[in-house]
Amino acid sequence: MPAMLNCPMPKLDFDVITLGHGSGGLLTHRLLEAGVFDVLKNEHLNQQHDGAVLNLNGRVAFSTDSYVVSPIFFPGGNIGDLAVNGSVNDLAMCGAIPKYLSLSFILEEGLRMEEFWAVLVTIRQAADAAGVQIVTGDTKVVEKGKGDHMFINTSGIGELHPRADIRHQRVKAGDRVVISGNLAAHGMAIMSKRQGLEFETTITSDTAPLNHLVKKLLDQFGEQIHFLRDPTRGGVATVLNEIADLANVGVTLHQKFLPIDEQVSGACEMLGLDPLYVANEGIFIAVVDGSVTDDVVTQMRADGLGKNACAIGEIVGAHPGQVILASSIGGQRVVNYLTGDQLPRIC
Amino acid sequence: MKFISEYRDQELVRQYLQEIHRITTRPWTIMEICGGQTHSLVKNGILDMLPNAITMVHGPGCPVCVTPLGIIDEAILLALRQEVILCSFGDMLRVPGSAMSLLEAKARGADVRIVYSPLEAVRLAAEHPEREVVFFAVGFETTAPANALSVVQADKMGIRNYSILASHVLVPPAMEAILSDPETRIDAFLAAGHVCTIMGMNEYDPIVAKYQTPIVVTGFEPVDLLQGILMAVQQLERGEARLENQYARVVTREGNRLAQDVINQVFDVSDRAWRGIGTIPLSGLEVKGDYSGYNARAKFKLAETAVKENPDCISGEIMKGMKKPHQCPMFGTRCKPEHPLGAPMVSSEGACAAYYQYAQTLHEA
Repeated sequence: MPAMLNCPMPKLDFDVITLGHGSGGLLTHRLLEAGVFDVLKNEHLNQQHDGAVLNLNGRVAFSTDSYVVSPIFFPGGNIGDLAVNGSVNDLAMCGAIPKYLSLSFILEEGLRMEEFWAVLVTIRQAADAAGVQIVTGDTKVVEKGKGDHMFINTSGIGELHPRADIRHQRVKAGDRVVISGNLAAHGMAIMSKRQGLEFETTITSDTAPLNHLVKKLLDQFGEQIHFLRDPTRGGVATVLNEIADLANVGVTLHQKFLPIDEQVSGACEMLGLDPLYVANEGIFIAVVDGSVTDDVVTQMRADGLGKNACAIGEIVGAHPGQVILASSIGGQRVVNYLTGDQLPRIC
Repeated sequence: MKFISEYRDQELVRQYLQEIHRITTRPWTIMEICGGQTHSLVKNGILDMLPNAITMVHGPGCPVCVTPLGIIDEAILLALRQEVILCSFGDMLRVPGSAMSLLEAKARGADVRIVYSPLEAVRLAAEHPEREVVFFAVGFETTAPANALSVVQADKMGIRNYSILASHVLVPPAMEAILSDPETRIDAFLAAGHVCTIMGMNEYDPIVAKYQTPIVVTGFEPVDLLQGILMAVQQLERGEARLENQYARVVTREGNRLAQDVINQVFDVSDRAWRGIGTIPLSGLEVKGDYSGYNARAKFKLAETAVKENPDCISGEIMKGMKKPHQCPMFGTRCKPEHPLGAPMVSSEGACAAYYQYAQTLHEA
């Protein structure tokens, strides 16, 4: 994304965020003028009004999410990528074409200005890549020790794809479960940088906007796509359990078809984590009509983001509410919800 | 993944299973010692693929599970002190003490940090000379060398604000305790591969001889476990009792001498209470007098108190292999991973938690 490479930080007479930057006074004004508005500019934001006035067609999807990732910079991205892609992807999972985002910062006093700038520039790049505009926003500053560098909230709205009918009620026995890419990359990239756990790896987060790939699928397969969900927190296992619960169906999962990068798999083995529960930020699960499974996988694989796509399971009438995994050695086990976070084990 | 995928090969698994089915003529009860083995058996669905005549019982080899409540309370007490940074392996954090878990203590302001290696904790101590860094040193013989090394390292670096709260347990005395209990009936053991990587195999000869029970040192992958089970059944069917090594790619007869030396340098063998089982003589490790400055118990003058376990929990019977998790009336009802009544439900490698996570409904069905 070369667009913003020539976007150096302006010369400011402050190098850290102070409480004054959230006061609404002169410092706030200067941060916005010299920073936020300049980087994110578009015809709606340029109005500098209390809210944005927008034109939308037909049915609208609306979603919100907050981002508190630690550390805020990680291999493959930063909190800015997550904040844009997260809301874009939530809208895409509703079958919508994401259009506009709001953006709220909660900054911790003492945050270095170049870190704020780097995140801001990333947000612009991510918004351009996803084809959305940041049209309204807010900035608050909290005292040092009362935030973890930076929190972000984004909300988004999008127009529903005319052929989309994404609802759990449409999930039925005979449908197939397709995953768009490798599992567990984001969670393991973050884990590799957590203090106390650092390990040497080239694993990078998979954070990416999924809306373009989802639109292609909806253009071609429309109502044959029954359900979409991106397996962020809680990972693939949690999403499949939610599907089994919501639709009161059984899900059968085949371990041998689960796509996973060898390094990611190795890191999971080392820490004793099950990749099925590790977070992702750039893949989705599609429950599709059984008749179009192969075509959906082929279409996904033709797209860079979907090159590791795979059919990993099917929806069945047996064991409603349950996900059963056929292990790669021919055994069977239940895949449950996790009680809390996965914690690295002793030995 | 090299050295892993070969041991998850479906065809090899099929061949071993076929052979186990072919040679088994009588019911046999085999205990796998290590929680990692239990986890792998359940997670890969192996238990349901074995002949009905073979009963696997799940041993006491989950370090999180056998750490007594009193020691968890000590760790929490330390963590709540202003000056203390308490470092721990991740899976100890959720284990409930008598009032709260370390995770809850963290939520109340305690400085609790997950580390992957005790040397990280030593580094933290060097970085924070104004704080007291305590490492919650839990585990079997596998984690003991690294924990001992952290003390040696801190001593070498002249770091005085580091100490360990040791809760180390040893496998062979626990096996003897199980075998000498008149109620247990274990025909053979799969010994814990990684413990033997450190300690070697010599400790097990006297147990095999005294109790005439086959012991097969076994790894953790599906092919390892099935080969270990096959070797045990072969011995049993022939009426033999020998010490064998399935995990020869990692385990040698002598074990890792350097690791044993550092254990002996820092620790003394001591009596130790095992949660769910009780006190077993000479079954634990405690920091030697020479290193008492690094012993959190001495440094903070802690007195371990005996805390009463929930009387409804049958963990003793589970860990001695007398009952299966789903035979307990509390299993999955009042006792779940989010509020465990006792030891084997607290860590994913405990027998009850493994059953709950992976097999609960398969058995109900």
